[in-house]
Amino acid sequence: MSNIPEEMRYTSSHEWVRMNDDGTVSVGITEHAQELLGDIVFVETPEIETEFTAGEACCVVESVKAASDIYMPISGEIVDANPALTDTPEIINSSPYDDGWIFKINPANEDELEGLMDAQAYEDSIEE
Amino acid sequence: MTPLSSVALLFKVSDDMPFIPHTENEISSMLESIGVKQIDDLFSEVPAELRAAELLKIPTGLSEMQMTQLMTERGAQDGRPLCFIGAGAYDHYVPAAVWQITTRGEFYTAYTPYQAEASQGTLQLIYEFQSMMTTLTAMDVSNASVYDGASSVAEAVLMAVRANRKSKSKRILVPRNINPSYAAATHTLVNGQNIELVDIDYDKDSGCINLDALKAFEGEDFAAVVIQQPNFFGSLEDVDAITDWAHANNALLIAVVNPLAMSILKPAGEWGEAGADIACGDGQPLGAPLSSGGPYYGIMCCKKALVRQMPGRIVGRTLDEDGKEGFVLTLQAREQHIRRSKATSNICTNQGLVVTASTIHMSILGAAGLENAAIQSHLNTRSLVEKICALDGAERMFDSASFHETVIKLNKPARAVLDAMTESNIIAGFDLAEDYPELGNAILVCATEQRTEKEIDLYVSALAQALSEV
Amino acid sequence: MLIFEHSKSALHKTNKTELNSIPAAMRRRQSAALPEVSELQAVRHYTRLSTRNFSIDTHFYPLGSCTMKYNPRVANSIALAPEFAGRHPLAPEKFSQGFMSCMYELQEMLCEVTGMKGFSLAPMAGAQGEFAGIAMIRAFHDANGDHQRREILVPDAAHGTNPATATMCGYTVKEIPTLADGDVDITALEAAIGPQTAGLMLTNPSTLGVFERQIQKIAKMIHAAGGLLYYDGANLNAILGKIRPGDMGFDVIHSNLHKTFATPHGGGGPGSGAIGVSARLIPFMPIAGVIKENESFRWANKSDYPKSIGRLSAFFGNPGVLIRAYVYMRLLGREGMTRVSEFSTLNANYMMAEMKKAGFEAAIPDRFASHEFIITLKKQAKDLHVTAMDFAKRLLDLGYHAPTTYFPLLVPECLLIEPTETESKEDLDGFIKAMVQIQHEAENDSELVTSAPHTMPVKRLDEVRAARQLDLSWTVTEAGKV
Repeated sequence: MSNIPEEMRYTSSHEWVRMNDDGTVSVGITEHAQELLGDIVFVETPEIETEFTAGEACCVVESVKAASDIYMPISGEIVDANPALTDTPEIINSSPYDDGWIFKINPANEDELEGLMDAQAYEDSIEE
Repeated sequence: MTPLSSVALLFKVSDDMPFIPHTENEISSMLESIGVKQIDDLFSEVPAELRAAELLKIPTGLSEMQMTQLMTERGAQDGRPLCFIGAGAYDHYVPAAVWQITTRGEFYTAYTPYQAEASQGTLQLIYEFQSMMTTLTAMDVSNASVYDGASSVAEAVLMAVRANRKSKSKRILVPRNINPSYAAATHTLVNGQNIELVDIDYDKDSGCINLDALKAFEGEDFAAVVIQQPNFFGSLEDVDAITDWAHANNALLIAVVNPLAMSILKPAGEWGEAGADIACGDGQPLGAPLSSGGPYYGIMCCKKALVRQMPGRIVGRTLDEDGKEGFVLTLQAREQHIRRSKATSNICTNQGLVVTASTIHMSILGAAGLENAAIQSHLNTRSLVEKICALDGAERMFDSASFHETVIKLNKPARAVLDAMTESNIIAGFDLAEDYPELGNAILVCATEQRTEKEIDLYVSALAQALSEV
Repeated sequence: MLIFEHSKSALHKTNKTELNSIPAAMRRRQSAALPEVSELQAVRHYTRLSTRNFSIDTHFYPLGSCTMKYNPRVANSIALAPEFAGRHPLAPEKFSQGFMSCMYELQEMLCEVTGMKGFSLAPMAGAQGEFAGIAMIRAFHDANGDHQRREILVPDAAHGTNPATATMCGYTVKEIPTLADGDVDITALEAAIGPQTAGLMLTNPSTLGVFERQIQKIAKMIHAAGGLLYYDGANLNAILGKIRPGDMGFDVIHSNLHKTFATPHGGGGPGSGAIGVSARLIPFMPIAGVIKENESFRWANKSDYPKSIGRLSAFFGNPGVLIRAYVYMRLLGREGMTRVSEFSTLNANYMMAEMKKAGFEAAIPDRFASHEFIITLKKQAKDLHVTAMDFAKRLLDLGYHAPTTYFPLLVPECLLIEPTETESKEDLDGFIKAMVQIQHEAENDSELVTSAPHTMPVKRLDEVRAARQLDLSWTVTEAGKV
């Protein structure tokens, strides 16, 4: 059974979303997703200051087995990307919810967060 | 010449089944194991109306001896004309050992090295090839090759559009003096992805791209600038200035190079302040026979930062479970068999066999061997051009320095002169009329290191005669 | 040991003083760090490297979907004869009639054996043939003003190149599911077809190793909707001379000459992806082709293909490969062509029957195989923790190249096995025996299998390390030169 923290929101494409105190939101991939991908070897983080709409592919996480797109969970502007991923992409495997965050967004419309899954809904979705 | 039909009449066609080793007994026991009466039963799921009739337009089979005789005839029909033409394919000497080793069954009949443990020969060879290409071009990384020079330019353009994050446009500046076939193929291959190829005209006196021509584009958004060194006219471009201009305008620089010329010319990775971003070109001058245009291979090198945008196969060195060094295909996740509709390109092939030949060729020749071939080709062409220009009615078209090809302006119709020289069994050059009508009667000539002084003199006297008779 | 590590500096010499006609700023300052070795050292090094490969000439190589059949040696010696290897691509037609006659006859024979109306030899590989085919479909629709057709349908069992190609041509891809018996899900296909459909890409027999029985119905559905039908010729070996893609209703096909027509795979290439078209697509064919006129041959020009998709290569594809394919076809002749599909199918069905008897599970057990078939090792993976990859690696120890593993993606823990027609019963039996032995080992000493191979030059390699710590070329610093 994967670890799925209660306080976050999730997408069907296995991104997690955490609301930060400063109004930004952090995004990464779930423990379940990193298990599917296997050893992460490279992360192409998005350019800061780029704007994407919800559902757009904005960066790529690459393992030996697959190169997987990461989709914007909600619309907004990229305000930060995790610099540690350049040299140590494996932190997504070891700490998918904390050290392995991928980027931060300044949301265009916070209401979009309501459309995402909660932990229970995500857990149900991956058990199907 | 014996027509094909009479060859077949001379011999009874053999009843053997070429390349099929089954005896009657084996066939019976195999059918029995499957539980059918005859081989045709295995096709019973195919609707009857789809079964093909006899293939009447295909001749009956020939024995190996008959086939060899037939091909000897066909080959003899084409003669062995003296080659003074380049235009993207060059008649260089290849040591006998190169293709003898290359066509060993272990290289010749192996598949793509997906099972790394059973493919260390091919994998290590590609790693060595990548190392040779990077030192020759002074770039950081090389892939295991793409199809040919033309497709390498197309792949470089696609790669530049993906890789240049500063550019929002899908526009590429392409000089009119790059190999026109490369430009045409690139247009075909990138057409579906809304990439715009924008022409830059060359300077009428030098045949080269000068900064004035580039200034017209200053401040516009381009993903990349392409430059060929030497250019299609054989002339040498001011690559430093053009590279710096591209970078100053936030464009990547795609270098299209002749790899043999790289042994004596400033390598792409050292152009300008920062070097070219992508180097491509055709590997043919490094050990591939002319062979009517292929198989050759496309060179694809880039800066390290761009490696994950590079298409095709790449070999990396790593360790096995015991800590022993070995080689594997790496960065596979970008490729079509995994990423499917999101792959960086649909390309799978590298021209493995030609790369094998090229790697052995470079090992035998070494840097000095390549330099000597390059220098001698340069000198032979210089000698040819000097002798041509001493004739009435022929002169150099451009005033720029060149490597081993030069454009000659004639005072007679170029087509007729070239045709007349075929009577002396000489392919006297490439007629530029179709691609560059503005040049008038102009031909592109080339004398590689294989052309002797005697052959050059033969060319010059045949040209003198043609110019007087046409 | 790398060739560079045999290197001795200043072994060879060069004279650069003659280069004064090239400005110094354009010249190379320091020679390239290529190996400096004697010819014998180079010959020995690469001969030794070659022995670290499996190949058709040394091992049974039943790699599914790759058609690893015998590559006749005479095809190679003819292609490398000076008359063919020495011909310049831009030689005038006068010096080219012999070569061009071979190319023309190759075009004609390919038309006949596939049932197509025109053939282009220009594409340099299967994937480039696919590109040319889909580009022609797009050009056809555009010429008809059908700009809304922007979607290509691809069955989920297809090779990865199919969707990659469609994307490269500016199309979106819609995947069509496959039924358990290996046929395309017609209901799903029906629902997917619409005014946006540009065409369908299909491999038949499919990558699941069975013939698509509904092909005529599928062709009707696609054509009725205004779409075109693309044939991926990866499995042409299975039907050569017996069933023709043109008769099935395909509008454009590519043929991998390096598979069906026995030109070598060369460790990854070169290939050739010649493409055949129906009459309505002839105007769109790529440059160049050979035309016969008044008993002589000339290169096709714009008036022959007025709506050509253009040029795909600098010259004319891979003629060295084309010559080899031509030689092979003439050696087989019309009888030999049909034998290819008959005996490749016989071999595959025999192996499948024997392996089923030995207890292996066929993915589609109740149908005849084409020229290849799939074994699924999901039970072994679940019960014994021995995967398809483990079986593949252990086969190497026993002297057999592994079949294709983990493709098609639809079948878990699969081996796609293609014996080809040139293998004898004895070799097929040897392979089956090896599989039975591995099964026995998996049950009794699974460690032996999961840690295989044991007899190769290297053991399993660390691919994660290779991708994280990229080491893609030897550098001079390793030799201590810098």
